[in-house]
Amino acid sequence: MPSPTSRPAIVVEGLGKHFGEVEALKDVSFEVPRGAVLGLLGPNGAGKTTSVRILTTLLPPDTGSAHVLGLDVTTHRQEVRSSIGLAGQYAAVDEFLTARENLLMVGRLTHLGRAEIRARADELLAQFDLADAADDRQVRTFSGGMRRRLDLAAALVHRPPVLFLDEPTTGLDPKGRNDLWATIEQLVEGGTTLLLTTQYLEEADRLADRIVVIDHGTVIAEGTAVELKARLGATVLELGFAGHEDTARAGGVLAPLGEPTVEGSVLRLTVDDGARSMLTAVRALDDAGLEPATAALREPTLDDVFLALTGRRADDTGPDDAAAPPDGTTGAPRARGAA
Amino acid sequence: MATTTVDPAATAGTGPAAGPGAPVARHTAVADALTLTWRNLLNLRRKPQLIVFATIQPVIFVLMFRFVFGGAINVPGTSYVNYLMAGIFVQTVTFGALSTGVGLAEDMTNGLIDRFRSLPMARSAVLVGRTLADLCRNVFVVALMAVVGFLVGFRWETNALAFSAGLGVVLLFAFALSWMFAFVGMTVGDAETAQAASFPILAPLVFASSAFVPLDTMPGWLQAFAEHQPVSITVDAVRALLLGGPTAGPVLKALLWMVAIVAVFAPLAIARYRRV
Repeated sequence: MPSPTSRPAIVVEGLGKHFGEVEALKDVSFEVPRGAVLGLLGPNGAGKTTSVRILTTLLPPDTGSAHVLGLDVTTHRQEVRSSIGLAGQYAAVDEFLTARENLLMVGRLTHLGRAEIRARADELLAQFDLADAADDRQVRTFSGGMRRRLDLAAALVHRPPVLFLDEPTTGLDPKGRNDLWATIEQLVEGGTTLLLTTQYLEEADRLADRIVVIDHGTVIAEGTAVELKARLGATVLELGFAGHEDTARAGGVLAPLGEPTVEGSVLRLTVDDGARSMLTAVRALDDAGLEPATAALREPTLDDVFLALTGRRADDTGPDDAAAPPDGTTGAPRARGAA
Repeated sequence: MATTTVDPAATAGTGPAAGPGAPVARHTAVADALTLTWRNLLNLRRKPQLIVFATIQPVIFVLMFRFVFGGAINVPGTSYVNYLMAGIFVQTVTFGALSTGVGLAEDMTNGLIDRFRSLPMARSAVLVGRTLADLCRNVFVVALMAVVGFLVGFRWETNALAFSAGLGVVLLFAFALSWMFAFVGMTVGDAETAQAASFPILAPLVFASSAFVPLDTMPGWLQAFAEHQPVSITVDAVRALLLGGPTAGPVLKALLWMVAIVAVFAPLAIARYRRV
């Protein structure tokens, strides 16, 4: 076996997977260098979870190959499992155990020494700001954010060099999401290789070095967040009007600024210089006797990336979309997320 | 069975992630199974309502058969309550076996099975841990049913040793059935379906058996099934140990059934576990 440092931590080549008639993955390839963070970005049903399940040995691929640290995920499953951590969209912790018991269980199942299991549990509970709730509360009383942090901690017990996070913040409130992002950033600083799936461009933007956009089981774009956004213009100018007629007229008025897209009574323009464009647009509308009901400048979202890449919206991708669970967003987690 | 070989190349040279956290090679499938037994028993202790409801039903059966139907049922050579208890013990653990499947199906639904399958642990451990914990639960439930039996007038007609051996046969049968329902649970994949799918298997086994009534009142075609199916065979063995009569033959037949059930369903369930 060649020196493991000489090759990427994750290599995926021509991966394909069918579920009956549904082609979940067709010919997906990408690589993740050691210590890097790859964001796998796409809407529900794009094939993100299927990719992660194959890479974490939970699902055999139909075609193609996947290697983690040079180990084939279909023929060297146990070795791969020793080297990876998986935390999922559905927080996979035992609800009737305490946080500490969950970590002790994973420690035993990953065959750490007794003393180390206890030390590691202490360490992770402190790191994930769960120490106060570690012993006297069953996990089912936790907020969504606490549960996610415990799930992530459980994935880290055996210090895996490669980590897979499948939509780590789906269903979290903004505070929970921010806390978890801060925690993940700390992990990555420690040198862990991370593959992260997400539906949020903002998340991929903040955490990932490179982004692979997949849709309908195919890679449709790859690059850094900056590169992907460059395809869109830097900012989206969004104007809402009282009626469709006004919106259509405004489209004509603003045509010189770019290519307005109209959806219902909302008009969108991707522009490079947001503030200046906003001023210009408002002046032009005022001159034309048009008054927008709402006006906003915002960062491009996954929707905008999709619109630009595929000509349709990210949430128009079919029936398997509805599955996103309203995961426990109960209560605002009070945690700071990272020590 | 599954032993983990830690490939040094897999964890070496990975910077801060390697080091003291690397898994130790000394590990056995037994340790993994015991870890999960511990986890399942903790779960059980925190859901006492599961045991309460699991025992209310057989207690009602005892009371019903003892005081309602019992008077109308004639059994040769003993009182009905003495006849009944062997059937009640076996019925209790037979219906209780479906909770093995329900528990595994719950673990699948909430993602825990995925976590376990992504860990470098023995692939038999989740199922062995579940069936062992259910065996512990059954020890408790069977002891409780024995107390209920004594309260309504049951007395063994052999001796304490044979009575204990009878309960041992009941527990072994419970363990064997756990594997059957582990397979059901891993196959259907959600708790409600596991429950619904188990009942049609359990009801004919329990009721078309010698658990509550002697077989000779049943029509011939039913007798043919009832005489040879595992619940009847086990009930007959337990009854012999509780009330006397030849024991070696019936107990041997019962043990053969149990071995057969485990030999068929344990590999099937483990194969399912690996695939889901």
